[in-house]
Amino acid sequence: MKPPAFTYHRPTTLDEALHLLAELGEEAKVLAGGQSLVPLMSMRLAEPGHLVDVNHVPGLDTVEVRDGAVHVGALARHAAVERHQASYDVCPLLRQALRNVAHPTIRNRGTTVGSLVHADPSAEMPAVLVLLGGSLEVRSATGGREIPADELFVGPMESSLRTGELAVAARFPVLPPRTGSAFVELARRHGDYAMAGVAALVSTDGDGALTRARVALISVGAGPVLVDLTPAVRGAGSGFDEAAVHDLLDAHIDPEDDIHATADYRRHLAHVLTLRALEEARP
Amino acid sequence: MTEQTVAVSFTVNGVPYDLELPARRLLSDALRHDLRLTGTHVGCEHGVCGACTVLVDGAPVRSCLLFAVSLDGAAITTVEGCRSADGGMGPVQQAFRDCHALQCGFCTPGFITTVTAFLDEFPAPSATQAREAISGNLCRCTGYQNIEKAVLRAAELRAEA
Repeated sequence: MKPPAFTYHRPTTLDEALHLLAELGEEAKVLAGGQSLVPLMSMRLAEPGHLVDVNHVPGLDTVEVRDGAVHVGALARHAAVERHQASYDVCPLLRQALRNVAHPTIRNRGTTVGSLVHADPSAEMPAVLVLLGGSLEVRSATGGREIPADELFVGPMESSLRTGELAVAARFPVLPPRTGSAFVELARRHGDYAMAGVAALVSTDGDGALTRARVALISVGAGPVLVDLTPAVRGAGSGFDEAAVHDLLDAHIDPEDDIHATADYRRHLAHVLTLRALEEARP
Repeated sequence: MTEQTVAVSFTVNGVPYDLELPARRLLSDALRHDLRLTGTHVGCEHGVCGACTVLVDGAPVRSCLLFAVSLDGAAITTVEGCRSADGGMGPVQQAFRDCHALQCGFCTPGFITTVTAFLDEFPAPSATQAREAISGNLCRCTGYQNIEKAVLRAAELRAEA
């Protein structure tokens, strides 16, 4: 369980990091929290020739609320985002989801942006970014671009970042008015990857009637699965038509069997957890 | 091919070290093999069991999931740094002894570091908080009941000190 040898780079400015990534090309991987990358290397599932360690680049560890969104820098640890009160006040879904990300010890080192780029279909934060309609800010030696969440997750463990690009921040939009959120998941053991999980946003009008509902599910597809459940809101906005919720979910999710759960069980969990999340999210 | 080595400086339990290490050296191995601080135990070596937990700048992290060379400038605390000022057992260690919170002891260093940082943040935890705090550490002997008691007892010892 020892990682393979690699060449290590410790840039101390963003420009230096970007030039290293441009020069090294496909041989290079970025090291931030390393909580997924290091075990992958130890198990010899990844053997990058070069690691560009961005932990010593200043200015990337910020968490800020501005322009209607929570901006999370590439080096902001999950724990820092989870504890950031101003972010919780405008977007409680962040903390609700982060409490389910591995264990506190892993959250002390792992980064939220790193989790997005890693694009694990069982991971919580990609679903949160998709549900909120957020985006990822990336930079390269030749410029930068903003990748919308719905274009970021290409497949299991595959994001649309190009060689030479560094994700510098994620933008999580704040919740719209009269909108509640929830994150529920079920894992075999506390802190493990979820067999299924659901992030939910539910909106009401001024009189408390339901107007809009959306969920993003994890572990039931190749990436986060966004489902608009607004058509399942009953006529007067009093509640949800459960049969309609189930039909909409079935039309979108495509779970697979693995060692932790069968596809049927995941499908069952997706239904149950979605109803639970909708109830919890109702403002 | 000669493997690249990288200069790195950090403190462990307050003692400064300037090292020249292979880039792939895990912090857990650097502590045990290079610094001969064998209090930190290595269990699963892929971040699941928690036995290798140490504090980096006060926060518990898995030392098997960190490259030592990445920790330039960090302040690291291992179980050896959790003793009392006079060199005896620290309050968390004393509580583990009082409550019989260990049997074989292999997982204990990870619990001691984790609980030490937890009590710094939550000096008077509830039983539920105590349980949540240790949920990332595996113990195959005790069944956890006495470990939970030890967390609460350690909080008392620290309050008395």
